[in-house]
Amino acid sequence: MNSLVTLNPQLATLSRIIVIAALTIYSVSFLILTWALTLKAGAKKQTTPLAVKLDKLGLGLMWLGVIIHFIGVLTRGIAAQRVPWANMYEFSVTGSFVVTFIYLVALFWKDVKFIATFVSGFVVLIIGTANTLYFVQVESLMPALQDYWLVIHVSVAILATAFFMIAAALAGILILKTTKRFKKMNVLKVFPNEEKLERFSYQFNIIGFILWSFTLIAGAIWADKAWHRFWGWDTKEVWTFIIWTIYAAYLHATTTRGWEGRKAAWLTLIGFAAILFNFTIVNLYFKGLHVYSGL
Amino acid sequence: MPTRQTSKYVVVKEYNEPIQAPDLSFKSWLRWIWKQVTSMKLAIILLLLLAAAAIPGSIFPQRSADPNGVTLYFRNNPASAPVLDKLQLFDVYSSSWFSSIYLLLFISLIGCVLPRVGVHYKALRAEPPLAPTNLARLPEYKKIETTNSIDVAVQYLKSRRYKVIATKKDIRAEKGYLRETGNLIFHISLIGVLISVGLGSALSFSGQRVLVEGETFVNNEASYDSLSPGLLYKTSDLTPFSLHLDSFWTKYDLLNPTNYGIPIDFTATVTSKLPSGKPQKSDIKVNQPLIMPNAKVYLTGNGFAPVLEIKDPDGAISFSGPVVFLPQDKNLTSLGVIKVPDAKRQFGMAAFFYPTVGKLSTGALTSVYPYPVDPVLTMNVFEGNLGLESGLNSNVFELNTHAMKQVAGGKSGTKAIQLAPGMSATLPDNLGTVKFVGFKRFASLDITHNPGEIWVLLFAILVLLGLIMMLITPRRRIWIRKTTTGIEIGALAKSRDEMLGKIVKELAKQLKKKSK
Repeated sequence: MNSLVTLNPQLATLSRIIVIAALTIYSVSFLILTWALTLKAGAKKQTTPLAVKLDKLGLGLMWLGVIIHFIGVLTRGIAAQRVPWANMYEFSVTGSFVVTFIYLVALFWKDVKFIATFVSGFVVLIIGTANTLYFVQVESLMPALQDYWLVIHVSVAILATAFFMIAAALAGILILKTTKRFKKMNVLKVFPNEEKLERFSYQFNIIGFILWSFTLIAGAIWADKAWHRFWGWDTKEVWTFIIWTIYAAYLHATTTRGWEGRKAAWLTLIGFAAILFNFTIVNLYFKGLHVYSGL
Repeated sequence: MPTRQTSKYVVVKEYNEPIQAPDLSFKSWLRWIWKQVTSMKLAIILLLLLAAAAIPGSIFPQRSADPNGVTLYFRNNPASAPVLDKLQLFDVYSSSWFSSIYLLLFISLIGCVLPRVGVHYKALRAEPPLAPTNLARLPEYKKIETTNSIDVAVQYLKSRRYKVIATKKDIRAEKGYLRETGNLIFHISLIGVLISVGLGSALSFSGQRVLVEGETFVNNEASYDSLSPGLLYKTSDLTPFSLHLDSFWTKYDLLNPTNYGIPIDFTATVTSKLPSGKPQKSDIKVNQPLIMPNAKVYLTGNGFAPVLEIKDPDGAISFSGPVVFLPQDKNLTSLGVIKVPDAKRQFGMAAFFYPTVGKLSTGALTSVYPYPVDPVLTMNVFEGNLGLESGLNSNVFELNTHAMKQVAGGKSGTKAIQLAPGMSATLPDNLGTVKFVGFKRFASLDITHNPGEIWVLLFAILVLLGLIMMLITPRRRIWIRKTTTGIEIGALAKSRDEMLGKIVKELAKQLKKKSK
């Protein structure tokens, strides 16, 4: 990696504006998808013609958003002359792009249209937070981050997070559907049956788990190079381990009588909560070697 | 170990056996306990316990990762710290409670996996199991009316790598043995990781050494500032190479206004030499350790070492050489201690070095930039016994002024000495003169060796491969039976398998085709 580069703060500012444009489009898409959801919940039949149209419009807007979002990510990378995931703002913006993109691509081979509202809502939340709380101008990389493992380790972590996020949304619906208090809610009828939710959630989780295992190993290889040991229970290492262990428990639960279904879904949610905790609280408030929040 | 059969379609054998009175002998208790230990539920609970038990280690400072944090915690929380320490909360990952959880987990894992190795070995060599009496009770089932033979299916299944046993009347086929193979590789490799980590840390060493430009380090026990060998490491095993620090460079960002002065690169240029080899020049950087036989040399820190020359009033040199100063902030305001035991009258100095001096609003000096643009050295002088004769291993970075009298700086009435490079000053109280000759840079080096490392990596890669193998391979069994009226097809999978229905459909289509 080239160590000294010419940064382009003007382009970074433009990138921020582009990302905000994408955020606006996602917000509209979220509102439209929510409207469609309420229509479907209110209708006697599963769908109404208007809901179908709104769904199409919402997803179309998500595609438009993701394209603009990609330009935002790309310009940020060009402005910084490196991969755009070296601080919390960049990680959030690139991560939310990957979540949306993977979700939209997954639609081609898996009918998971029914969580579109959640995905767009989540992405709106992430970009909104990143833009208001985490934004930093482009900066040169500190020496410890100047390595090709930054590209490998972090990008795979982002991918893993995207898969876990989609799995968590599915698990959340499964839990609502099987909770007595909510069971009767009309809106829940819009979603597929438990068996399907469980299976989809499992499929996203196992890909996430494989990627997360790789993140952990790649991180250890990098740590051995940069921090003179492959594992040292740094706060971020601790949480990577915790997350891995929770999802390992989940995998065991899916094949254990009495633990599959709801309990496994809860583990998915706990695992994803740990990921969010790791990204926000651990990054900002815990002392450790992974000090790259940029804040 | 996610392959336990959950299908409700399989008739459980136990149901056909007569109910027996419970056997309450000691042996059966042991067997019962063992069954619990190796049960999947226990594995889940232990995994979650392990995750929960790891949390405090990220909240409280750990001696292994952040010893200064622990000292600080004790100072700030004198009441609670000893209690937390009793609970091993500053050593979570070597604590008895954390260790017992993961050891129990690994016992459970071994108890679970080892018997399965034998079972799987047999399964690999065995024929696919006999068909259940009633194929219709399988998760996927199809019945077609045809007079065709079932030979087509044999071809079809064999070309898809099924293990097939066929007679004229029926076919049994199975594939996906890699699922269990992957599962076993995954779990056994985890044991491998644990053992390599444990043995590796026992056989490893790690040591620190601060090296000033121009100094040479020889890799033996005495040369280290601090050395922490593993339980089984003999310091006599150190490979005796030498390492000379030729120069140390820091590169700052002077290009981007928003980043002005941010360090971009640290490079220690060293010349290393093995007893039998030629001297070799190389660069050590943050992400680029120097690989020596049985040792890796890492760059972990840097700073300034002002060079001083101190003379007695009669002109005799009482001190000469570089002194390592510890950086206090990101602009490398550095703190150092100079002890002059060989002076006519012993004295010591507590000194600050500012690479680029600036003034705070309070009037105090500070460094405003880490690069030496306008370097200044200030010294407070303390006269009196340095206490070096006491035989205690006194800290070179600490001046115990308890029995000393301050003669310059602070409230002594005399101003602290302030020098730019090349300048000299007369010391107060007729102690002689001090010259700030110049400054050198120093590099903090970490020298480590862990023979377990490569094994940890190898097993970690196997863990990953096993995991992928296990999670993407479906294990399927297919039975086909010719009846008087047609052909029956039944199929069973060991995991969530969306393809099973499609496979049965496709088989039915193939079997329906008119034979050529």
